[in-house]
Amino acid sequence: MGDVQHKRWVKGAHFIITLSFLALTVSGYVILMSHPRLYWGKAGNDLTPALFELPISRNYQHGGWEKRIQFKHLTGSQISAVRTYDIFNQNGWGRSTHFLAAWFLVITGLIYLMFGFFSGHFRRNLVPRKKEFSFKLFCHDFASHFRKQLYTGGKYGLLQKITYMAVIFFLFPVVILTGFTMSPAITASYPFLLKIFFGHQSARTIHFFSATALLLFLLVHVVMVVRSGFKQNILAITFGK
Amino acid sequence: MKEKKGMNRRRAIFAGITSAGALLLSGCLKKALPTYGNILRMGDNLTYIAQRGLLSQRALAMEYQKSDITSFPVTDIGDPADPASKAAYSKVYQELQRNNFKDWTLSVEGSVAKPGKYSMDDLKKLGERTQITRHSCEEGWSAIAEWTGVPLAALLQHAGILPAARFVCFYGFDNYGESIDMLDAFHPQTILAHTMNGETLPARNGAPVRLRVETQIGYKNVKYLQRIVVTDKFVDAGPDISNGWSWYTGI
Repeated sequence: MGDVQHKRWVKGAHFIITLSFLALTVSGYVILMSHPRLYWGKAGNDLTPALFELPISRNYQHGGWEKRIQFKHLTGSQISAVRTYDIFNQNGWGRSTHFLAAWFLVITGLIYLMFGFFSGHFRRNLVPRKKEFSFKLFCHDFASHFRKQLYTGGKYGLLQKITYMAVIFFLFPVVILTGFTMSPAITASYPFLLKIFFGHQSARTIHFFSATALLLFLLVHVVMVVRSGFKQNILAITFGK
Repeated sequence: MKEKKGMNRRRAIFAGITSAGALLLSGCLKKALPTYGNILRMGDNLTYIAQRGLLSQRALAMEYQKSDITSFPVTDIGDPADPASKAAYSKVYQELQRNNFKDWTLSVEGSVAKPGKYSMDDLKKLGERTQITRHSCEEGWSAIAEWTGVPLAALLQHAGILPAARFVCFYGFDNYGESIDMLDAFHPQTILAHTMNGETLPARNGAPVRLRVETQIGYKNVKYLQRIVVTDKFVDAGPDISNGWSWYTGI
């Protein structure tokens, strides 16, 4: 932030990814509302134990089940039961909006990554220099985030660099890959996804937590943008020179 | 910063990507499904085209162990044997069920050389496949069960599917329908299941026969099967698209 001059492709990617991320957040929340239960493992549903449940729609612990029937030839306690409760479900547009926005995010993200690597943007602006790894500098950087006047020197600070790199090279890839892991067609071709994320429902839970982490990042990011000079920063990332 | 005129490297890359995209789109447009101008359905089509173009069409969905089998919720639109379920009720189905489906037949129609009705015994003669697979519902939950049934490919071949055929539509007694393309219809795991977890398919899990399409989301798996229609043109049997849902649900 500060006096950073952003390249046009950085601004363009930032703009498209911001919009897609907001659309993904809203539609993702709507999708979660239709089944606000999260699990760990290969599969999970209303008749199996949840990891936790979120009170975010009328579907939360609705209890509308009848005719619990045991499967005759299974040795376990697996049952089938009929849902009698008319659930909240807006996934018709929720899912399609989610995937459309995901297309924009993934394609823009790939182009951004390509440009970032080949233009030297990542190397120059995001990868911390050796001399930045000093305890004194770290303390200074850390403390400056809580001062009234945030330091703005035209270059990213160490914490800022690490955060941006974690978002670009860890959180976004995880959120996208766990999204893929919920797709029956993609996992048929790439079953390793189900292995590395511990199953379909674990992937869904990791998807939820990494999306939440990205939302938290967005929140802190906006606070820092405001604190280090809102007008100047917004101009720098949008239409300013 | 001042703009440089002409083609630099960055612009060349960008131009390359966009023209490749345009080529890909125009190549696929001939086959594209109707969207009724809805931008969300265009996005669904993009996913369909991309998954058909980029993924292996013969890859099998993950198959599980017996110990992985879970409980299985029934979340369909209603019991076709129960008059109280209104839209899903079928008097014919109710009578078939009373007689334990002894008189049930599956009608195969459309672009096939030998349209006809198949009894349960006729179907079972065509072959059998058993698979322990995961059912992923669009709502977000999933369940694992063992299914045994007749490979749809065997039935379509037996009925003499015609070369012009492109889609297969499934209609259930509960007035629910779905259609799939030939790649999913001939997928080895696409079966007409008559057995679940080792027992005759329980009533509310879709008795007597239901569809299993393991490479798509749960709602494609039509229950209480009555009729299969092979078509040369796209038919939105649900209808999914006009109800605001994606027709292709590989994701």
